[in-house]
Amino acid sequence: MLTCLCDAFYGNVGIATVKVLEHLGCDVHFDDRQTCCGQPPFNAGDWKQAREIANYTKEILFQEGQTVVTPSASCAAMTREGYHLLFPDQEHPHAFELSEFITNELGITKWETTKTYNKKIAFHRACHGRGIGLTNEAEQLVVSIPGVELVPIRNSEQCCGFGGAFCVVEPHLSSEIGKAKIETLLENQPDEIVSGDMGCLMHLGGMLKHGGNNIRIRHYAEILAETI
Amino acid sequence: MSTRVEKYSNQIKPETAGNVSSASQAKTAQRVTALQTFFDQPEQMQIWASRVKGYVLDNLADLLIQFEANCLKNGIHVHWADDAKEANDIILGLCKQGVGTTIVKAKSMATEEIHLNKCLESNGFQPIETDLGEFVVQIDDDIPTHIVTPIIHKNRGEISKSFLRENLGPETIVPEELAAQARGHLRSKFQAAKIGISGVNFGIAESGRIVLVENEGNSRLSTTAVDTHIAVMGIEKILPSEQELATFLPLLAGSATGQRITTYTHFITGPRQPGQIDGPTDVHIVLLDNGRSKILAGEYRDILKCIRCGACLNVCPVYRQVGGHGYGHVYSGPLGAVLAPGLEGVKAFGDLAKASSLCGACEEVCPVRIPIPRMLLQLRDETFREGANTDHIPWKVFSMGATKPFVWKSGLMLLPMAPLVPHPLASSWKSSRDLPKNEQVSFRKWWKTSR
Repeated sequence: MLTCLCDAFYGNVGIATVKVLEHLGCDVHFDDRQTCCGQPPFNAGDWKQAREIANYTKEILFQEGQTVVTPSASCAAMTREGYHLLFPDQEHPHAFELSEFITNELGITKWETTKTYNKKIAFHRACHGRGIGLTNEAEQLVVSIPGVELVPIRNSEQCCGFGGAFCVVEPHLSSEIGKAKIETLLENQPDEIVSGDMGCLMHLGGMLKHGGNNIRIRHYAEILAETI
Repeated sequence: MSTRVEKYSNQIKPETAGNVSSASQAKTAQRVTALQTFFDQPEQMQIWASRVKGYVLDNLADLLIQFEANCLKNGIHVHWADDAKEANDIILGLCKQGVGTTIVKAKSMATEEIHLNKCLESNGFQPIETDLGEFVVQIDDDIPTHIVTPIIHKNRGEISKSFLRENLGPETIVPEELAAQARGHLRSKFQAAKIGISGVNFGIAESGRIVLVENEGNSRLSTTAVDTHIAVMGIEKILPSEQELATFLPLLAGSATGQRITTYTHFITGPRQPGQIDGPTDVHIVLLDNGRSKILAGEYRDILKCIRCGACLNVCPVYRQVGGHGYGHVYSGPLGAVLAPGLEGVKAFGDLAKASSLCGACEEVCPVRIPIPRMLLQLRDETFREGANTDHIPWKVFSMGATKPFVWKSGLMLLPMAPLVPHPLASSWKSSRDLPKNEQVSFRKWWKTSR
């Protein structure tokens, strides 16, 4: 599952995800009829429209014998908790977040590579990982790459303030929360800000650029793909 | 349209927001340290406590009847109040039967919820808040901004200014001196008052005892140095037996204030017994429903597990920006965003559920693991169905595009032109962020060419 943000803006993240999965021996399929998981109207409270999209996505992606992997804990959480709330009486095959799939399904906790990635990284843990029981799976993979240094982040449990439609409906709250997050992310002078969700990164990156800071923001899948 | 919380965040003084934020951060850190120190497996304790409260909710009617019977055995008078008005009428009637017009009050959110002070004052009584934070709230004609630390939004300098204005003592920022000023003032009130009003932290069904926790000693004076003690308890505050307190007391203290146990823990069994030299001659408990039965029967029933520790407020990124005042209800933060619309309906308070990025930190810190994010989503759904949603985002159009691949793909091709479309949501995004540049390779193109 590509995710709508990677479809619209961050194609490189989708490409990296495919490369990582193929490197690990997976047979990757992409159904080009896929669109969105339905989370935007779901979070906004319009469950009627969310059901329409969820039904469409379920029909296309969730087929017998097929495992769905997505580079976003947010979209993965939607197909679990979200679809469960939308259709309480139905069984739901669920999608895996990429690092969750690599760690828990493939049993890989170290990224075996001969390459190095000499960067100081501030790793922002995307909140939706909490919703599907993720902790530090992605960080573990990234920090196992030679050369990577993860800088400590104060108040690491704090959200970036994106929150989907929240960021445009409640723009002041969202940007104030974002400012606080950015302050803690930059505290230990990282070279890059890395996360597992493009929603967080679009918001944080957009705020940083708006403030004249061009620090690189990346999805961890890009780093994994580059060090294959 | 934005929520009231968003609007408030635009007008809050930076100093006030700073006070809330720094105190909330400190409390969040203390909580983590406390629970990890006191419990081998704090998460297991949370899950266990959640189950106990789940049992209480499943058996609430029976447990309340048991509690009432045991209170009566202990000599405590039991009153049932369906709503705020009934509760206020009962308490007012009891105060009229008591002696004098000065009433000392220990901290109680239930009495805040029913706006008891207003009722008492308009009937000629002088209720005096004796919890230090609540006292400052009262003299400043303010409202509490946190369920545990009512003046989390004020710093020592501001408190001292209020005390100076009330002739309590000279200006100071030494906490002990400020406490001494309040203490000097409140001591004469305790001596004069014959009626005391408190809340309840736990009502024990098996023993009919009222359990109260506090750190200042004011609850002890308000409940024991008076002739009449009136306790007000939300009906969900029941625990089956005193055994559960071994976990609930440190879980509450640790989550709320980072303590292993509060400085004072009161077990109130009833009025003064023959041969005893002090204690109240009359003890009353008012069991307050005020919308709780309605919540119990619906989708938000888990919010009734809440033991009012305030950990979800402290950790919430939105609460940290605005404090409690932004929510326009006595219950604020993630707890308030569920409880306020639960008690008073989504038409009045449904917008509070929108004042959240759904980050889930609240559920993680909750000592009874209340699934707050899930309920915020359900509240958004209900608010939308009730026609009380004011966002006006055309989700139907989005859904039409997202269920037809041709429309979706055409939309993607038009995306680079999107910044040219004047739309309030786009300008809202751009107010503090740049738009992502379309500099990356399209996945769809790459997929087509690489396969």
